[in-house]
Amino acid sequence: MNVSAKAHPPLMSARDLSVRRGERLLFQAIGFSLNPGDVLLLRGPNGAGKSTLLLTLAGIVRAESGSVTRADAVGLHLLTYQHGLKARLTVRENLAFWQALYGGPGLGLEAALERVGIASLAGLETGYLSSGQTRRLSLARLLVSHRPLWLLDEPSATLDAAGEALLGALIDEHRLEGGAAVIATHHDLPLANPSGQSTLTLGGKP
Amino acid sequence: MTAFWTLIARELRLAFRAGGEALVLVLFFIMVGAIVPFAIGPDRPQLMRLAPGIVWIAAFLAMLLGLDRMFRADEDDGALMLMRHAVLPLEAIVAAKLIAHWLVTAVPVLLALPILALLLSMEGPQLAMTALGMLVGTPALVGLGGIGAAVTVGLRRGGLVAPILILPLAIPVIIFGVGMADPMSGRGATLFLIALSLVVAVLSPFAAALALRASGE
Amino acid sequence: MTTVSAKKPNWFSSLAHPGNFLAWSRYLVWPLALLTVAAFAVGLWFAFWNSPDDYQMGDMVRVMYVHVPNAWLSQFVYAVMALSAFGTLVWRHPLADVANKAAAPLGATFTALALFTGSLWGRPTWGTYWEWDGRMTSTLVLLLIYLGIIALWRAFDDQLRAGRIIAIVTLVGALNIPVIKFSVDWWNTLHQPASVFTANGPRMPLPLLIPLLTMMLAFTLLFSLLQVLRMRTEILRRRADSLSRQAALQGVAS
Repeated sequence: MNVSAKAHPPLMSARDLSVRRGERLLFQAIGFSLNPGDVLLLRGPNGAGKSTLLLTLAGIVRAESGSVTRADAVGLHLLTYQHGLKARLTVRENLAFWQALYGGPGLGLEAALERVGIASLAGLETGYLSSGQTRRLSLARLLVSHRPLWLLDEPSATLDAAGEALLGALIDEHRLEGGAAVIATHHDLPLANPSGQSTLTLGGKP
Repeated sequence: MTAFWTLIARELRLAFRAGGEALVLVLFFIMVGAIVPFAIGPDRPQLMRLAPGIVWIAAFLAMLLGLDRMFRADEDDGALMLMRHAVLPLEAIVAAKLIAHWLVTAVPVLLALPILALLLSMEGPQLAMTALGMLVGTPALVGLGGIGAAVTVGLRRGGLVAPILILPLAIPVIIFGVGMADPMSGRGATLFLIALSLVVAVLSPFAAALALRASGE
Repeated sequence: MTTVSAKKPNWFSSLAHPGNFLAWSRYLVWPLALLTVAAFAVGLWFAFWNSPDDYQMGDMVRVMYVHVPNAWLSQFVYAVMALSAFGTLVWRHPLADVANKAAAPLGATFTALALFTGSLWGRPTWGTYWEWDGRMTSTLVLLLIYLGIIALWRAFDDQLRAGRIIAIVTLVGALNIPVIKFSVDWWNTLHQPASVFTANGPRMPLPLLIPLLTMMLAFTLLFSLLQVLRMRTEILRRRADSLSRQAALQGVAS
């Protein structure tokens, strides 16, 4: 979508992408490229294939045709309703686990929990958290390991107003640091900087 | 490398923390073994003769029971999906999970073996050879089980299918494992079991990772 | 016409209210501990210095003073659990499932000790640590039942729901235990016409009986003491648990 040519290659680009789920062709001929600071919003009705597109970009779902290009050095974060957190581990243990598994530079555990506003819950078992608090913990996961690409699936779901504002601020900071994001959402996110934002609507026909 | 050890540590923590299943598997192992005398009678010489076989069957069933937990929880809450983008390749993650699974299932069973040995009137040398056989053979069981668990992780009722898949594949492990306790054939069986375990342990992470990738697609 | 009214709390239910239990049981701990120590002192003195050797078993007879009380407690504790299961199901009493949860590991420990001391005793008498003797076998099955209940307690996240379900299991177990006992005895006589272990309970000579009864009292007191302590711990643990939930509720500071 973003055609402004830059000196360096884009963080991620997709060309002529189509994905089939069972018999149904979810979408076809999708192409875009994502440069540092860009945000691509995915829109469309339920079942249009927004989540599947994100999984395809993440390399988990195989595309039927077309290609996704991403340099090996460009790591990505995936955030979906499946949070990968264990109810029987404490908030800190869960976060430390993902920090170890994703490695890389990033905020410290306490700083990240502080940033998403659940520092006081660090010692609590994660099963006690509300779904909004769990989502905040998932956001902290994105902060403890820096990855240039964020693929977010309905990130504002279960968040309250303050949580949405926090989410917008985090995405803005991420873009300022040279990151980019693909966000599937029904909701307008409170992003400060509209430049570099583009929208891709899936499932035009009912 | 820290990610590898962190993963193992997390698996152990989850297994032994309240709600974990490590205790249940050991109990199952002892119960299956202890129930055999009720079926065949408590005749000492007979029990002694059958003991290695009974112990292997009990251990085998306990391992099968624990199979489903290897990937199921991580698949259900999305952790497995997130692990695809970890700093470790999926093969290394599967290897770590297999090692952790062996520590959580096989080691407690080995530790509980003397209890069953006492109940089945096993004698010193026989017990030692059976324990050695299980030490050598259980990695192969875990490896095969890991493949079965990975293949069925996408199925809703995979928990029942995986044992059916794995059982026939694991027959050689039982043959040579029990064979080790037999003074006549012990040496050859030992070498074969070691070889089998090594091959399965090396190949299973790759096979299981392949299956996990395929079931995500 | 029916009117539904809250039941008036009677003296028992107010005593058994978890908070009240915490308050009054505090005064029970020390006296119970002193009584237990005293009973053990007397019992052990009898057992070691003031009871005769057995003409067959010699000094080994003294294992009996530990073995029999443990065997008694293995069944007594289950009775306590069955009673508290009844309390959980019929009166829905919160203290009853605390009692069940607290008692299960104690029962398992006493049962394991009964088996252990029994096999110590079995070694010189039978020439082996384990014999599929009727009593030993049913005690083993009882231990497995205890361990199953403990595993079930550990498997539940929600301890309140766990209480009622485990109460059902406990009662099913209690009904099943006589059947198990009977079937094991039948199985046993099928394979071993003469049991190695003959019943010699009440016909025991007085010099053996007095220390034995003292030790049984001591062990029962020990159980009561541990039970009260574990119940207190469990109630406090549940409070900490609900405090954690509240902390999570009020936790977001943004």
